[in-house]
Amino acid sequence: MNQKENNEENTMEIEQVQKQEVKVAPGTLLVKEKDIVAPGERLAQGFEILPGMGTYREKEHIVAGRLGLVMLDGRTIKLIPLSGRYLPKKHDSIIAKVVDVNMNGWRLETNSPYQAMLSIKEATAQFIERGADLTQFYEIGDYIICKIVNVTSQKLVDVTMRGPGLRKLKNGRVIEVAANKVPRIIGKQGSMVTMVKDATKCNIIVGQNGLIWIEGQPENELMAVQSIKKIQEESHMSGLTERIKAHLEKNAAKSE
Amino acid sequence: MNTGEKEHIMKLLQFNLRLDGRKPIEFRKPLKVETNVIKTAEGSARVTIGETVVLAGIKVEVMEPFPDTPNQGSIMVGVELLPMSNPDFELGPPGIQAIELARVVDRGIRESKCLDFGKLCIIPGERVWNIVIDICPINDSGNLFDAAALAAVAALKSMTFPKQTDGKIEYKEKTNKKLELSDLPISVTVLKIGDLFVLDPCTEEEPVASGRLTACSLSDGTLCALQKGGDEPLSAEDIMAMVDLSVAKAKELRKLIP
Amino acid sequence: MQLKVNKMVYKERLLGRKFDETRQIIAKVGVIPRADGSAYFRIGNTWAYAAVYGPRNLHPKFLQDPSKGILRCNYNMMPFSSSGERVRPGGSRRSKEISLVTVKALSPVLDLNEYPNSVVDVFIELPETEAGSRCAGITAASMALADAGLLMKDLVSAVSVGRVDDKIVVDLDYSEEAYEDGPVADIPVAMMPNHNTITLLQMDGLVSKDMLKEVLEKAKKVCIQLYDIQKNALKEKYKV
Repeated sequence: MNQKENNEENTMEIEQVQKQEVKVAPGTLLVKEKDIVAPGERLAQGFEILPGMGTYREKEHIVAGRLGLVMLDGRTIKLIPLSGRYLPKKHDSIIAKVVDVNMNGWRLETNSPYQAMLSIKEATAQFIERGADLTQFYEIGDYIICKIVNVTSQKLVDVTMRGPGLRKLKNGRVIEVAANKVPRIIGKQGSMVTMVKDATKCNIIVGQNGLIWIEGQPENELMAVQSIKKIQEESHMSGLTERIKAHLEKNAAKSE
Repeated sequence: MNTGEKEHIMKLLQFNLRLDGRKPIEFRKPLKVETNVIKTAEGSARVTIGETVVLAGIKVEVMEPFPDTPNQGSIMVGVELLPMSNPDFELGPPGIQAIELARVVDRGIRESKCLDFGKLCIIPGERVWNIVIDICPINDSGNLFDAAALAAVAALKSMTFPKQTDGKIEYKEKTNKKLELSDLPISVTVLKIGDLFVLDPCTEEEPVASGRLTACSLSDGTLCALQKGGDEPLSAEDIMAMVDLSVAKAKELRKLIP
Repeated sequence: MQLKVNKMVYKERLLGRKFDETRQIIAKVGVIPRADGSAYFRIGNTWAYAAVYGPRNLHPKFLQDPSKGILRCNYNMMPFSSSGERVRPGGSRRSKEISLVTVKALSPVLDLNEYPNSVVDVFIELPETEAGSRCAGITAASMALADAGLLMKDLVSAVSVGRVDDKIVVDLDYSEEAYEDGPVADIPVAMMPNHNTITLLQMDGLVSKDMLKEVLEKAKKVCIQLYDIQKNALKEKYKV
């Protein structure tokens, strides 16, 4: 491809397209659903379409405010992130790692720019005596699945271990995926992750923060890891469920 | 360090598997060495081992020889662990990790005698070449030792001298004169995890190793440099076994250099 | 006695390049897996890597801004990147200044309000340079920031426009920077291409006001072309 010629052609094309936009009717979409758009790209013209998450209005245009995938929600156009670090949110279940134990509880890494605090009060359903050795509950290096109970404006994060399914994770391995892929990896009502669990006979817990715990026989674990990586890479393409199903069947789980 | 991760890695190794499904002595793919990738350098190479990518570039200078070696030129190896390549690397002058890497790569080249320093002499006692090899990782996904050493040797082999008149270098005028190395010293690092030996560690495996041995060898298997790393001691049997693995793998890697 | 006549005319560029034509460009996104976002940008024989880490923890604490995340940039030339002597590692006054203007060039597009007390680190490294390095770095960095998933109202594109004798030329090469037969000016310009605003402007040399006007017009055209290239590189990473 001759970049030099292309550059000139592109300039002319842009000018033509911009001229065309003026003649188009108001409230018009300039992109389709599932299009990938870059920051600064014009998405819609007119005032009938509303700017949703990841977009902003500039005079008569709605413009992309990030790299993302176009999604239409009624009259609102929004962008699904394709990447980006996790931001702790209230009510999220996350997999966190203990990095410090002090008088008040445990400090945790959350795979985000912000650490979280697990206070003694929230640590377990049991009563913990003052002055007890906290490391008997959770030690540095432990992975736990916990729930975020509060995030302040300064991004101080509090979590709890009191709730169904919340516990220390023993054995297995923890892998990292892009946090914005988590919904795809879980699937509608857990359908995708259940499919992987069944095919690989592994225990799998997916944290909203992009950390995933997998436990099973070594070869099955590897297959689960590879399947999850595949979901991550192809998450924005259609027909994902069928492709993953085919992938799992092809590498059928070896029985224990 | 998360002991759970170490136990998990060791458990996988019992099944002859690693975190990414490789066998213990398997190198990642792609595995390649490209030379002449940087036109401003007198010699250059890019080494790719899986996702680890390292650049090496050579710039030459003319200087007065050191007093104790009036008829010999010199080489200098520098490593800059660029923060771009690894979230744990910080800006600033080379730390101990970069210094160890540079010195181990340097020893492998210098002690191998593959380079005749006498050939770097221009005017005895007055003027000699100084060859400076700078190594910069682009992405560090583990095993910088081997990637850096391989890049340095490949860059040296492909290097051409620029024109030099009366001590002044015309960098833009290249000659056909090469270094003519007598051999290619190749470094391969072996890690001990639990009771097993592993080659080409990835990022997660490096902190989990109890012992590490980097061995640099020539084509006939002669060793020209050794460096033991890691917190735990190694037995003599361990070392001999690790050397064997290193020399065998070095023979394969040597073929990759164009 | 012969009078030396200064013709004041720049006739043609190397390799037949047109006055408003850039050197050949290659752009790629996602080249450094360990980074949160990354890109590679090559224009002629100048190429740059940019890696973004963040938002991430910022230490020491006194650097933190409780109202929003901060942007940090470090521009660095690799020791073998110059066609002349080796560049001593560790940065120079020049590279520190370029790091500063790079931050200023990129900040206007970023919204870091969702990330108080954190930092977004941008590292720009150049393995080979032949004029236009700071612009290549900025163009790569802006793709890397988008790749990292940050909120950005636009990308930033940058190019060095120059004056060589009587001509305004786009994307100066080394021979033009070093031109000795007449007046020269090297003017790096960075823009938010969809907003027609300038985020970096520097100049070395001599120009008249009218020439500057032409420089800015030509820079705008090129930045729009660059935007297209950056946009396609970003989309390419996520294609089937």
